[in-house]
Amino acid sequence: MADKYLELVNSGFTKKLAKSLGAPRPAILRRYAPGAPLLPGPLLLLGNSSAAQDLADTLLGWGLDVRRHASGESQLGGIILLLDELADPAELSEPMLAAGAALRRLAPGGRVVSFSRPALDTDAPAVAAVRQGIDGTMRSLGREMRGGATANGIVLAEGISVTAPSALAALHFLLSGRSAYVDGQFIAVDSVDGTLPESFDKPLAGKVAVVTGAARGIGAAIAQTLHRDGATVVVVDVPAAGDALARVANRVSGTALQLDVTRADAGEKIIEHARSRHGALDIVIHNAGITRDKLLANMDAVRWDSVIAVNISSQLAMNEAFLAAKLPGLRIVSLASTSGIAGNRGQTNYAASKGGVIGMVRASAAAFAANGGGINAVAPGFIETDMTAKIPLATRAVARMLMPSLMQGGLPLDVAEAIGFLASDAAAGINGRTLRVCGQSLVGA
Amino acid sequence: MSDQTQAIRPAVIIGGNRIPFARSNGAYSKASNQDMLTAALDGLIARFGLQGQRLGAVSAGAVLKHSKDFNLVRESVLGTSLSARTPAYDVQMACATGMEAIGSLANKIKLGQIDSGIGGGVDTTSDAPIAVSEGLRAVLMDLSRARTTGAKLKAVSRFRPRDLAPNAPGTGEPRTGLSMGDHQAITTKAWNISRTAQDELALASHKNLAAAYERNFFDDLITPFAGVSKDTNMRADSSLEKLATLKPAFGKNLGAEATMTAGNSTPLTDGASVVLLGSEDYAREHDLPMLANFVDFEAAAVDFVHGAEGLLMAPTYAVARILERNNLSLQDFDFYEIHEAFAGTVLATLAAWEDAEFCKNKLGLDAPLGAIDRSRLNVNGSSLAAGHPFAATGGRIVASLAKMLHEKGSGRGLISVCAAGGQGVVAILEAR
Repeated sequence: MADKYLELVNSGFTKKLAKSLGAPRPAILRRYAPGAPLLPGPLLLLGNSSAAQDLADTLLGWGLDVRRHASGESQLGGIILLLDELADPAELSEPMLAAGAALRRLAPGGRVVSFSRPALDTDAPAVAAVRQGIDGTMRSLGREMRGGATANGIVLAEGISVTAPSALAALHFLLSGRSAYVDGQFIAVDSVDGTLPESFDKPLAGKVAVVTGAARGIGAAIAQTLHRDGATVVVVDVPAAGDALARVANRVSGTALQLDVTRADAGEKIIEHARSRHGALDIVIHNAGITRDKLLANMDAVRWDSVIAVNISSQLAMNEAFLAAKLPGLRIVSLASTSGIAGNRGQTNYAASKGGVIGMVRASAAAFAANGGGINAVAPGFIETDMTAKIPLATRAVARMLMPSLMQGGLPLDVAEAIGFLASDAAAGINGRTLRVCGQSLVGA
Repeated sequence: MSDQTQAIRPAVIIGGNRIPFARSNGAYSKASNQDMLTAALDGLIARFGLQGQRLGAVSAGAVLKHSKDFNLVRESVLGTSLSARTPAYDVQMACATGMEAIGSLANKIKLGQIDSGIGGGVDTTSDAPIAVSEGLRAVLMDLSRARTTGAKLKAVSRFRPRDLAPNAPGTGEPRTGLSMGDHQAITTKAWNISRTAQDELALASHKNLAAAYERNFFDDLITPFAGVSKDTNMRADSSLEKLATLKPAFGKNLGAEATMTAGNSTPLTDGASVVLLGSEDYAREHDLPMLANFVDFEAAAVDFVHGAEGLLMAPTYAVARILERNNLSLQDFDFYEIHEAFAGTVLATLAAWEDAEFCKNKLGLDAPLGAIDRSRLNVNGSSLAAGHPFAATGGRIVASLAKMLHEKGSGRGLISVCAAGGQGVVAILEAR
């Protein structure tokens, strides 16, 4: 579903009209295309972290024009805030105000990315204060960004360098168009694991990936994105969706596996197919999901139980099979939802399943890490799909426009990009986490 | 002349795909043969990751065909993601079209002429070709040949209003004018096949097909089409009581002795099926499964016109010959797939093989072929339940039987398909 409003307020006469009326004007987001520059302009690197020079060298290697001082009038593509060594809230002033002074120069689709440390119960109070303060200030900055620009952070566990592979991979993701609909979020890096890809345009080269629920919507977009990034893709969906599934498989030159993921042997079937046809199973995307919305007062067992069975129980069972098979380096990305975080009226069942996914990935991280792999989740906000197209127009307009900082719904592609990032070997230092792809909103399925 | 002889290598069945079969003038009434065959191919390509591949050949056909579909299979291939360099051709042998297409393809693989291929068939009686009458056609042809105004007027003057009546294809035999069902009614009567026996076979077909769906047997054999995900003719809740209430549909001239009803005869059906075959090397190189070997096939024909034999009895002859050629007995099989054109066809075929006189006089055998273990017959249902889109039946049977044999892990399967014109094709598959 194209967002007509988005088109109108960004072109021709209607753009002028919207401007003069002061109507909300969501921007056309800067999305990734293979070969596109990483940023729409030079990068300003602020903060005096000891890793600054190493990071600058890496950024130069990515072909970026890196500036260490905020002087000048030229447009900027992005700002990096190195806040990882701050020890007191008073130290936030200098880098934040410097960033603030440069914000007006930030190009449409620009990026602000902070590096910081997690606030722990064992930190000195002032240290914990500044670290938790960074969380609040960056989320607030996200709400102030304009022109499709975003602000996000990377939180490095103690001892992890700014130049650790997954820290750099997360930075690359957040600077690029792949993170277009990720705003006001933090990506936690907990280990030095991970290897950067030979090419950031083909980060999944040589990988065999399985995507469940791939016949349409977000699942089809995931299949297409993983294929674009170099993976061989196996698409899975229920037999009744087989014709749409075949179209997706043929579009991504993959294979179609008609399989109900709630079957007891679904995990084994997936392993068998991936191994026998493609020689390995490197990535599983648990995307299959259903909604059966009803207020809890009107809820019946069929609606409740089917949502739990498909959205979370099937994933738990399949993960057992994947762990039993000891697939080396297996990376899993599971679909959560902002409903599972913030709640959503009419979705007590759905939110239980999606909150469940968040708990599951946290509690499964160690087990998958033991085989050299990992498991994370992506929580989409309001995404424009056939499913959301059924929401009444006015509700949809409000949901997509007023709540998120980016004033629009996301695309299935935006979710797929985040999944592709978390599925890559470069993200091996990220484990058990849930990344929201919501345009900094709290609404949506 | 070269004295080089080519070794015969196995032709392997890798897998199959079909769209659910739908009763005529139902779910697929707006779909053409090309739409359905393309959909069946798309599902097969997706299942086995054949996108962009140049296969040795795609061989399929339809019994009821529009003249515009002269290159039906090639046109269908061009609509898929197979390499456009994949050759394709049409085959037509009435209800044995699919078997002939697949069998001949297997032969090419065995001979090393091709390494891979897709065989199958498609039919629709909902989108059947309707032709202008012979009278109108003669006028139009003369008109196109006429060079002068006078000649043109002369041609047109022969037109008569009655020529406007269109010609729809029928299922009647051109040489006898009898419908296939009425032909079978004669055979059914001749072999004393009871109404109850026919109804029991029909019921078993529905129950077996439903059970196969229930155990997900068709998950990797069928791809939905046009909103249909299961064969629409299937009646899982059928019963002998319900079947017994149906009035005879064929052989009505037999009066009280008529036994063939809409319940124990296949309905007109739309659908398409395809099977992927290859050499062992092809399957290995592409990491594809090997379900069964396509061992051999045999066609036979009988003189039904002069009443020497029943219209649909040719497979009894073909089976006798293929067994002898392969040094097998009728009991050497783990599965029997006898196409249920009518329940009477299957039962008359079984009765004939058990009949010493028939086997001696007609098949030229010293001893009858004997009885088969009925629990091995059409174990996942057959045409009475699934329906019978003429040319698509062969592909349905070959793919299902290959999967059954592979699941069992050993043994052989026998296929028997009767066809209009007094013909039939039988085949032997072997598990891998």
